[in-house]
Amino acid sequence: MAEQSLKNIINSLNKLERIILPYLEKYSTVQSLITVSNLKEVEVVRALQWLQNKKIVNTQEKTIKIIELDANGKKYAEHGLPEMNLLKELKKNNLTLKQCMDKAKLSKEELDICLGVLRKKAAIFITKEKDLVVKIMDQGKRLIDTGMMEEKFLKKQFPINYDGLSDEDRFSYESLKNRKKIIKTVIVKERAYFLTDLGKQLLTQKIDSDFIDTLTPQIMKKREWKDKEFRRYDVSINVPMIYGGKRHFTREASDYVKKVWLDLGFKEMKGTMVNTSFWNFDSLFTAQDHPVREMQDTFFIKSPKYGKLPDKKLVMNVKKTHEDGGKTGSKGWQYQWSEEEAKKNVLRTHTTVLSAQTIAKLKRSDLPAKFFSVGTCYRNETVDWKHLFEFTQVEGIVVDPDANFKNHIAYLRTFFKKLGFEHARFRPAYFPYTEMSLEIDVYHPVHKQWIELGGSGMFRPEVVEPIFGEPIPVLAWGLGLPRIIIDYYAINDLRDLYKNDLKQLREIRAWVK
Amino acid sequence: MPTININRKSFEKIVGKKIPIEQLKDRISMLGTDLEDVNDDEIIVEIFPNRPDMLSVQGFARAFSTFIGVKKGLEDYQVKKGNYNVIVESSVKDIRPYTACAVVKGIKFDDEKIKEIVQIQEKLHITYGRNRKRCAIGIYPMEKIKFPIRYLARDPNSIKFVPLESSREMTGLQILRSHPTGQDYGYLLEGLKRFPIFEDANNNILSMPPIINSHNTGKVSEQTTEVFIECSGFDFNVVSKCINIIAAAMSDMGGDIYSVNLSYGSKTYTTPDMKPEKMKLSVDYVNKLLGLDLKEKDVKTYLEKMGFSYAQGSVLIPPYRADILHPMDLVEEVAIAYGYENFKPEIPNVATIGEEDGFEVFKNNLAKILAGLGLLEVNTYHISKKDNMTKRMNIAIKCVELENAKNMEFNVLRSWMIPCLLEVFENNKHYEYPQKIFDIGTVFAENDSFETNVEEVDRLAVALTFEKADFTSIKQIFDYLMRMLNIKYEVMEIEHESFITGRVGRVKVDGKKLAYIGEVHPQVLENWNLEYPVVAFELNLNELYEIFNKK
Repeated sequence: MAEQSLKNIINSLNKLERIILPYLEKYSTVQSLITVSNLKEVEVVRALQWLQNKKIVNTQEKTIKIIELDANGKKYAEHGLPEMNLLKELKKNNLTLKQCMDKAKLSKEELDICLGVLRKKAAIFITKEKDLVVKIMDQGKRLIDTGMMEEKFLKKQFPINYDGLSDEDRFSYESLKNRKKIIKTVIVKERAYFLTDLGKQLLTQKIDSDFIDTLTPQIMKKREWKDKEFRRYDVSINVPMIYGGKRHFTREASDYVKKVWLDLGFKEMKGTMVNTSFWNFDSLFTAQDHPVREMQDTFFIKSPKYGKLPDKKLVMNVKKTHEDGGKTGSKGWQYQWSEEEAKKNVLRTHTTVLSAQTIAKLKRSDLPAKFFSVGTCYRNETVDWKHLFEFTQVEGIVVDPDANFKNHIAYLRTFFKKLGFEHARFRPAYFPYTEMSLEIDVYHPVHKQWIELGGSGMFRPEVVEPIFGEPIPVLAWGLGLPRIIIDYYAINDLRDLYKNDLKQLREIRAWVK
Repeated sequence: MPTININRKSFEKIVGKKIPIEQLKDRISMLGTDLEDVNDDEIIVEIFPNRPDMLSVQGFARAFSTFIGVKKGLEDYQVKKGNYNVIVESSVKDIRPYTACAVVKGIKFDDEKIKEIVQIQEKLHITYGRNRKRCAIGIYPMEKIKFPIRYLARDPNSIKFVPLESSREMTGLQILRSHPTGQDYGYLLEGLKRFPIFEDANNNILSMPPIINSHNTGKVSEQTTEVFIECSGFDFNVVSKCINIIAAAMSDMGGDIYSVNLSYGSKTYTTPDMKPEKMKLSVDYVNKLLGLDLKEKDVKTYLEKMGFSYAQGSVLIPPYRADILHPMDLVEEVAIAYGYENFKPEIPNVATIGEEDGFEVFKNNLAKILAGLGLLEVNTYHISKKDNMTKRMNIAIKCVELENAKNMEFNVLRSWMIPCLLEVFENNKHYEYPQKIFDIGTVFAENDSFETNVEEVDRLAVALTFEKADFTSIKQIFDYLMRMLNIKYEVMEIEHESFITGRVGRVKVDGKKLAYIGEVHPQVLENWNLEYPVVAFELNLNELYEIFNKK
């Protein structure tokens, strides 16, 4: 490699890398590098990671042999090897086999091994006299002076890595490994680090140059940077993650949806979460015996159970319309309407209640008028991955004497287009308070299927006439926001919208649309 | 919503045509029904509650046939004059006052037919009949009963008969207590001094509506070819419509419909009345609402596609349709026949000015300021647990309670926000600290100066937890927020059981109590299983916004 690029690489090494690099010639494990470098484990690991990124170091998992002392080995390390003890006795006197065992405190088995080892080393010889007699040879005497390699080996600090053994030690290891319970060998897997060719090349260079590592006010003041080079960074390196403060992702989504309606000239409407059944149901021409008004779907309030009804004239209009159609030209639902039922408080089941309240406040001179809301609604559901008891609904109304069904479809198409759904489909549906009721599906471009996003329709004359005074057309829709949110964030479980898992909130991406 | 299972072969036989699956899927959706599933043998369709007439194979096939153009216009249902009398006695007046009846002959009641009829009866009970409360249907084999039949109410102890699927005679009360159907629907008669019954000329009880038929006189078998049908309820129009729906379906099965004379004291009626009803419809009205330019003959064609007929501004409505209340309903029929998919979207050229609610903008801005300080916004439920609001917070306060929550532990509307934030901390103990969160939401309290007797206020709550979280760290945030809004405030020491004494204050602006701020009491932390200190404030945003606007 060219001199200049080597130099660039050297310049980019930080302090830790510089310390570790030379040791890598001889040492390959994190543990051994910690020992020789006196660095902390985390420092060694990071330095190795950086060196690896720069292709100076390679890594592979290797199996290594670790040598440990076994029971006898520990004893011999302290008291010496039995053959040495025997040799020392033999130096004093020639001994019969029996005497050998007594003097050197050996078992028969140990004696056999000792004799074998010592004969192999030419330290003794055995003659046949009256009994078999063991005598020391010159080589044996020399052994006592120099000490036995095996014995020195046992006195080392265990455990020992087999790969680090010197030739002598390896010889001792080989001669001891088959003897009873002196040493044992354990195979372990370890990550090993090696210098690459580039690494080896770097070592031929001078690597401990005097760089500026961190730019300090001190250095600037003294203008030391004038004659020095800066250590080069690896600008492609991964950095530890940080997290910012942010708004909840569901609110981000709501804000975006609001903006779409604002762009289309809609005005925001607001209202309470608790409403009388009068507003939530009766004003929307939902008969008092309609199943939605039963306990299993709607949250009723225990205390205060009842609210108050609005002014008498309005109540009478609604009552008449339910009973026989009133002035609307409708047959009505043909039953006896009850004030008590209408006073019952509920948690709003749809934001359509806001539309009714808004229309009730409008005057003829306010028209045409367009309103929207993005608000929480409630359904008495058992919570699971696709059901929640609170959810956000997007509501809209267009109150305009000239509005028609074509406009209706146009507003909805435009809205969904702005949310990224090019294709919307409208199917006939049924709601008690709309006629031309329609269900809206949008085509999911990735999943390649239609997903249901909400209901919509033109308010029935039985809704508009009693609260506004004349049956002008009102285009209305109530769309579920949760489906849109979980789709955008690729969430599979609706409960995540209220889970408040701080890790998820810290990491979730921004709403960018 | 109810679904019906339709045998595809018998469906295609009635329609008179094999229909490819794709077309079937598309047409079923665009007719105003929801296709649940379709395979080679079966079609499962969800019927919207406004169309009880489609809750039978016959009714669905009838609507489908005209919609795809195999048939067209109004079908004329013939009712033959029958010599059958039903006497409605005044004793039912306050019990279950109305009945409408019919007789059907000439149907071979094999297994398949009986199954179909039971399906119609059950589906009508659930939907149009509101679980038999509004109306309930009984069907009886003619060979077992003798006219005239009386509809009357009697002391439940004197009502004795063998109910369907039972082997012994029971009294009215015993049926409510020990017969399975009696147990399911008994609440509909519970507490009444007299129970309604149908009784024939031999004084045999046919049934005790809306609960159960007699085993002896009210069980249709494969030998049956003629049946008597009654529907009882609280509104004559409702029970008549229900009888019409069944009569139409049985006529489509090949049966002959015979009329029944009902005498209500001095008044008499004859049912089923299958004469179509008339409703006026102007072509201009249709065009104005739909934004179309249809000619009268187009409107006629489209209405015929939906099973209606039209002549000179008048529409004839089939006798089985229960959902046509207003000419607007006819406009929808035209729209469905025209095809929702064929409407060209048209944004009207009307200038209106978009406007965001000022308070919402204000709240958004607060959230942005707090996010700028590195705080995370959380999203907590308005519905909460009473213990969380009170016991775990060391305080006793009144909450707005829910009547009937399915998740029984979620039984109140929250009265304050800080407990919701503590719950977030409790669920996130395994994550990195410091944890700094906030939420903006509504809290609820009883207050009879409001329409609902509930006061709803929006609040902001901020809570921090980490090893060194203290009063200073939370007050700094509050102080920054107030400085950004240019609002001067003072903090007075108060007592609050949820906080450490001497480390909790109430914030006042212009003499108004606006917020609590303090270090949460270690007993409360223990109640929430928290291991680090928590400091928090909770601020009334409605009041703050008012003050802000005055500046």
